[in-house]
Amino acid sequence: MLSFILRRLLIIVPMALLVVTVTWALIRIAPGNFYSTERTLPPAVEANIKKKYGLDRPWYEQYGMMMLNIVKLDFGDSLRYPGQTVNEIIRRHLPYSATIGFFAYILALLIGLTAGIIAALKQNSIWDYGSMALAMLGLSVPNFVLGPVLVLVFALGLYLVPPSRWGGISSLILPVITLSAIYAAYIARLTRAGMLEVMRSDYVRTARAKGLDEKTVLLKHALRGGIIPVVSFTGPALAGLLAGTVVVEKVFAIPGLGNIFIQSVFNRDEPLVLGIVAFISILIMIFNLAVDISYGFLDPRIRYE
Amino acid sequence: MVENVQVEKGTSLWADAWKRLLKNKLAVFGMIILGLMIITVIVGPPLIRWTTGLTADYIPSDGDLIRSFPPSMQHPMGTDEAGRDLLARVLQGGRISLMVGIISTIVSLIVGVSYGAIAGYLGGRIDNFMMRVVDIIYAIPYILIVIVLLSVFGGPNTPGWIGWLSEKLGGAGNQGLSQIFLLFFALGLVSWLTMARVVRGQILSLKNQEFVLAAKATGVSTFAIIFRHLVPNALGPVIVYATLTVPSVMLTEAFLSYLGLGVQAPYASWGSLAADGIKNIAIFPWQLIFPGVTMALTLFSLNFLGDGLRDALDPQTRKF
Repeated sequence: MLSFILRRLLIIVPMALLVVTVTWALIRIAPGNFYSTERTLPPAVEANIKKKYGLDRPWYEQYGMMMLNIVKLDFGDSLRYPGQTVNEIIRRHLPYSATIGFFAYILALLIGLTAGIIAALKQNSIWDYGSMALAMLGLSVPNFVLGPVLVLVFALGLYLVPPSRWGGISSLILPVITLSAIYAAYIARLTRAGMLEVMRSDYVRTARAKGLDEKTVLLKHALRGGIIPVVSFTGPALAGLLAGTVVVEKVFAIPGLGNIFIQSVFNRDEPLVLGIVAFISILIMIFNLAVDISYGFLDPRIRYE
Repeated sequence: MVENVQVEKGTSLWADAWKRLLKNKLAVFGMIILGLMIITVIVGPPLIRWTTGLTADYIPSDGDLIRSFPPSMQHPMGTDEAGRDLLARVLQGGRISLMVGIISTIVSLIVGVSYGAIAGYLGGRIDNFMMRVVDIIYAIPYILIVIVLLSVFGGPNTPGWIGWLSEKLGGAGNQGLSQIFLLFFALGLVSWLTMARVVRGQILSLKNQEFVLAAKATGVSTFAIIFRHLVPNALGPVIVYATLTVPSVMLTEAFLSYLGLGVQAPYASWGSLAADGIKNIAIFPWQLIFPGVTMALTLFSLNFLGDGLRDALDPQTRKF
């Protein structure tokens, strides 16, 4: 188990560097520059800019310098916001995205697990069909449509919550609901399928045969195996939450990491783009590792060597 | 000589699956809506031009300051910000959205099926290596890379060969079209991973069966064994997964269009139309509602059809 964790942790470093390399190559291969504007710069000015940012050196030297700095976890200064380091910018904007993402996933788990378990227990009833139809709807409505519609109804129509921006718990409600909808739908479907499969398995029958009461059978035996698909969905969900926060932050004008990332890509702010990509890749890989480890606790049949 | 042999006609796997599919009311509903949507999207734009003379990019030249008109007899879905007929634009956008969904899925099918089949059939070390590569790419936040790819190579920076391709197919100087082609590749190349895993699993369970041994014994080449004998037998799960890839790709396209990276004017997709509509949601809500609902309805049908197909074709993973 320990060697498995160590091996996986060791693999994260080269993988993150690989992702950064691909991103760096994409930015560099494309024509144009972060300083290119409508009007052409005088050659002397351009040469100065190139010199300042080391762009006059051969590409392998630039690549080597960048990699060296990234290994030291120093992403340098942003090109668009001079004087601010990439690390500062990430630290400043991450809390917004993390808060929304965290609460959205918790809400999705609450709704999804409840709906999925009810649907599985009352299979083929009105509850089952109703919650599964709702889940399908959640999968089919894009979040950038859902968000503005919620704003229109609850903020501009009923004046219950602020329509956008950050400030207080009430401003969190709509972004969190918008972001969680699609995950709640996925989780409900996964839970239902997982529970239905487990309820027919031998060990649940054994638990019943032992004379355990229905509540213990469901919550202690069936649920543990039934939610394995939900746990393995956590990895992809985190990657998806990221894309989701990009949209939700744009819809609700929240200064989170997703918004900053899009801006930095448009500005060709290379250090900031690379910093955010590296940070998020490492985050996702650590989460995936945590998910793989947690299988072992949920399903005793899974062992790692 | 045997004559007048009465051949007992057995139900093939496909006929059986078709029968099961038809029993699933929601899947049939999805199929009907989808079929209608495809027909409307194909015949709609010429029909509108023929009856009212409106096209998706016709901007009226009279000097009204406000050009967004609510739904009326002349414009059943109203008009957009510039005064263009929204119905014509939604139908035109549907062509692009469905095309992006279908073509990107085909790209992912070609890459994913070949990759998965080769890995599964060859097995051993090659399989191990190929699937580790998939695992590694799987862990990458691909959406970030797609955003970088589309923004640095979008607009005037489209790589030459994509520009060449869109020029051959859509005429010269077609900037918007090369952006759409870029989108096909970006979306197709990231959605093949799960397909490769699905196909590999199928091939692994098939490759030790007698018909493969028979093919080997008669000297069929490895390539032919993989693509003529094994892949057709793994089609069921592949079709199911492809059906579910289409809506997810369409959602991603809409998401990218919303960020201004996907389909761009003069072209439109449901995603870009909805994105335009959001700007005026409080004053001209129809500009969001019509493209949004059309898109949601299509995705709804595709998801139902995909679920139905899974139940019909893949009884093992059936959700009871």
